[in-house]
Amino acid sequence: MTAKEISAKTNGKIAVDSDFDAKEFYVGDFLSRVMGKAPADSAWITVMSNVNVAGVAVLAEIKIIVLCEGVTPSEQLIDRCKEQQIAVVTTDLGAYECCRLLS
Amino acid sequence: MGDSIKLRYDVNGEDFVTCGQASEDVKRTLKGIGIPSATIRRVSIAMYEGEINMVIHGGGGVAEVEIFEDRITIVLKDTGKGIADIEKAMQEGYSTATEDIRELGFGAGMGLPNMKKYSDEFAIESKVGQGTTVTMTINFQEDA
Repeated sequence: MTAKEISAKTNGKIAVDSDFDAKEFYVGDFLSRVMGKAPADSAWITVMSNVNVAGVAVLAEIKIIVLCEGVTPSEQLIDRCKEQQIAVVTTDLGAYECCRLLS
Repeated sequence: MGDSIKLRYDVNGEDFVTCGQASEDVKRTLKGIGIPSATIRRVSIAMYEGEINMVIHGGGGVAEVEIFEDRITIVLKDTGKGIADIEKAMQEGYSTATEDIRELGFGAGMGLPNMKKYSDEFAIESKVGQGTTVTMTINFQEDA
């Protein structure tokens, strides 16, 4: 699923776009859990929005970040994601609703 | 065959924003020499977890990396407060991180377990009041 498709399904907005087509998803907020469990090339649903989220995505090869519950990404996060070609989608939905609509 | 590549990084103990730069640089270096991406991912995560630990608990320190033909070794050394009970620290979910740190998304108690999980050889030495040294080796096997 691409950032555009995720955004359309969750009534979201695209903060950073890409054409990457994620085949797997992961949900979670503790960064070490994400690094331990999220598959490579996945889309990651979270409420964390600081710049370390980009670091985790880069190093764990996560390609799409979905920020839910209406959290606003920090400017640093957006800049890092642009630089690293990681897509960012924001949605007002909660993680559960977001997952329900994406599954 | 050829000589090893030696890299050395100072990890700033107060900076979560630059934390991860050393790992990203190592990642780029490994990519540049054609290491399989699944292996690079293991190295990247193990080293980033180590960097985070150095910032959260170690007050910063030094990361020394050596890349050989068939493996990489990463030595992370801090002179921070040390670990009182290594056995506990190695348990998934055990953390001594503060609430502030947890609000940043760290402190899940998965750092050391992840480092062990992703390395082929893992060693940790620590003395309370003197600091901690973690040594990890990851072999470069082909992608399955």
